[in-house]
Amino acid sequence: MRRSTTSSSKRTVFETGCNLTAQGEPFVWSMAGGLTIGILMIVAFLVLILWNGLTAFYPGPIRVLHLKNGRVVAGEPIRSELYRIDPQRLEQMSEAARRTVIDRGGYSHRWLYKTGNFDLYNDDYRWVDDDDIERMETPDNLVVVERREWGPFIGIIHMLKIDGKEISDPSEIERRIDDDIHLATERFEAIRSIERDRIGDINHRMEAARLALRKALMKPDIGAAEKEAAQKRHDRETAEWKARYDVLEREVDARKEEDRRFRVVLTDVEGRQKEMPLSQIVRRIPANRLTTIGRLGVYAERWWELVSAEPREANTEGGIFPAIFGTFVMTLLMVVVVAPFGVMAALYLREYARQGMLVSAVRVCVNNLAGVPSIVYGVFGLGFFAYTVGGILDSMLFAEKLPNPTFGTGGLLWSALTLALLTVPVVIVATEEALSAVPDSLREGSLACGASRWQTIKYVVLPKAMPGILTGLILAMARGAGEVAPLMLVGVVKLAPELPIDGHFPFLHLERSFMHLAFHIFDVGFQSRNSEAGKPMVFVTTLILVGMIAVLNATAILVRNRLKRKYMTGHF
Amino acid sequence: MAEPVPFQPGSEKTFYHPQKGSDSSILEIDRFNLWYGEKQALFDNTITVEKGLVTALIGPSGCGKSTLLRSLNRMNDLIEGLRISGEIRLDGQNIFDPQVDVIALRKRMGMVFQKPNPFPMSIFDNVAYPLKVDGVRDRSLLQKTVERSLMAAALWDEVKDRLRDNALGMSGGQQQRLCIARAIAADPEVLLMDEPCSALDPLATSKIEDLINELRGRYTIIIVTHNMQQAARVSDNTAFMYLGRIIEYGKTDTIFTKPRSQRTQDYVTGRFG
Repeated sequence: MRRSTTSSSKRTVFETGCNLTAQGEPFVWSMAGGLTIGILMIVAFLVLILWNGLTAFYPGPIRVLHLKNGRVVAGEPIRSELYRIDPQRLEQMSEAARRTVIDRGGYSHRWLYKTGNFDLYNDDYRWVDDDDIERMETPDNLVVVERREWGPFIGIIHMLKIDGKEISDPSEIERRIDDDIHLATERFEAIRSIERDRIGDINHRMEAARLALRKALMKPDIGAAEKEAAQKRHDRETAEWKARYDVLEREVDARKEEDRRFRVVLTDVEGRQKEMPLSQIVRRIPANRLTTIGRLGVYAERWWELVSAEPREANTEGGIFPAIFGTFVMTLLMVVVVAPFGVMAALYLREYARQGMLVSAVRVCVNNLAGVPSIVYGVFGLGFFAYTVGGILDSMLFAEKLPNPTFGTGGLLWSALTLALLTVPVVIVATEEALSAVPDSLREGSLACGASRWQTIKYVVLPKAMPGILTGLILAMARGAGEVAPLMLVGVVKLAPELPIDGHFPFLHLERSFMHLAFHIFDVGFQSRNSEAGKPMVFVTTLILVGMIAVLNATAILVRNRLKRKYMTGHF
Repeated sequence: MAEPVPFQPGSEKTFYHPQKGSDSSILEIDRFNLWYGEKQALFDNTITVEKGLVTALIGPSGCGKSTLLRSLNRMNDLIEGLRISGEIRLDGQNIFDPQVDVIALRKRMGMVFQKPNPFPMSIFDNVAYPLKVDGVRDRSLLQKTVERSLMAAALWDEVKDRLRDNALGMSGGQQQRLCIARAIAADPEVLLMDEPCSALDPLATSKIEDLINELRGRYTIIIVTHNMQQAARVSDNTAFMYLGRIIEYGKTDTIFTKPRSQRTQDYVTGRFG
């Protein structure tokens, strides 16, 4: 410590900054350090998600590797690593290679290649040690063919079989293949549209007729004549729909027959052939010939497919539109439920209830509810909402469908209610805070004007507290949209056959199970046959989920800020 | 509160200057006692407030001025554990009578608070608030009332071009006059003012005082103030309160020049308080 003494007095003067504890310098540093670590973790997370998510769909070049053992491998390099090599293999290596490995401390270098062709190889990713490679090339004629089944094919388009005509001239193939794929896709879409929409509609109506009959027969006091009439009506309707169904089925068969006449023969780099209908091709990427613009085109096309199409290949490929839609609808439904309940509960607690032991106890309980593991809410939701409430609803309203449950199993409504239950403490706590931040002088001013308590709340307290209440809703929404554990019990499935909103009455199907982005991440990343194949999908799905929550929050924050500006406090 | 001698309740004589002629009285506070839980805050308050005049309540901090004022329009109802005895009569009717509708009572007793408390809405909506909660939807009536009230509060010329602006954008003095306009809009008989100038600068204070002088005669005004000069300037009658008791009540001139109580003398001359 430096001291300076003045000549006139003997008292020492401590310079500021000398005493560490008094200045609190270590605490400032530790606080800043804590903040820095927090920010770093968030930034690292975002960079990881963004980088992996944004690069996942960018098509890379295809390398053809001629291995020393005579095999040929073609694939897209994914990533490389150093790995500890087997001592036996080390001995088989050449002298020079062995020395490099030993220099590295027993580690060798290898690349992971995405080879595709799962139907031929029984795997679609392969590690190749740098030392095993004889030579490497990137031939122009190699293509990646994304297929509707079996994942991508990497190889050469060997031959087109159009209407029995075989075309094997590469330049001719090159000239017409894109048009052929386009036509094949149109055929495929047409078949799917008939199967999905028109036949689906008929199935729906036949099911309705069957249920109508069951309902009629279940009436306890039904007479023989009535019974017969109902049976007759059912038979007539069913026969009518069956006739239409047969017509459509014949049309589908004919179209499928036609489709089978357009075929493509692919060969892999080792010459093994694979023949399939052209309509099995989703897109053809001449990976080594693409310019940057072409690559960006493929990139955009894949993103569009992601957000607009349905999943294929056990969710690891195709789109995630049903999951985006399901997450969105479920979150909105949750907010619609949680907002009024949470706000009303908080209003009662803060504005009406006599502040005492009981209210304090309730408040503590509400706070503790926020800490209950979410899976417990899932169990409760399943037991109470689905099995109890849903079971009662089923026996009262949908008895004719039993033993198939309608509301008696997991579904959109029960998921939204379960999540509403999960997030209601957040809303209550935030709303209470917002209400207590409204100065009492405003309440008194309103009451002194002859307003009733409810009018005071409606006209003065609620508008003033609205930004804070919205903050609570934002938090609840973010929490709810990212929650997955309870949803696995109350209605989320890995593949939902139908969207929760469609053209059939009553349009919003609250009882249907649905797909959810967070569950999609779990399912693709950890439940699929090949976690490597699912990786890109996991990252883009995460990116979409994070992006969606960000967009939802940004919207809510925008609304909140507009309200805040409206009710800004004046200064004087 | 600097207090040289502990004050024993009941140890000092209180002085009243009863106002003769019940025609002129509007509010009678009759042996009014008030307890917060176990603690008694007001002791046997008895005064008669004259119609159309300005009555000031003065006294040191914590003497119960505001408590008494807030009892007049039953703002204290909200406080838990509050007990009262005695009566406060408005035009002869006890305001604590169970049949009294407290909302109707508050409409007859406008109140202006210590800190300006405009609502987070437009100037127009602020002034129209008492009518809106009454269910008045007639645009022309609202318009007329807002204009009349703002004029009465000497605010019309300053805000007539920005009635749709948020009231929170006004200056503190304007906000307080807006609150007075809001209180007037309900067409009350009595205006209760709880230290209306304590958060304002001298210029804004003098405007409010001018306004009080303007409103004299039209409304009965009861004003709580810390500022003895203010009480002397604006009021006709003054009550001096000390530790929950009304020590002296009478013409303002008398209270400030020839008080009968030594304690009033000490307070108004600035010897304590």
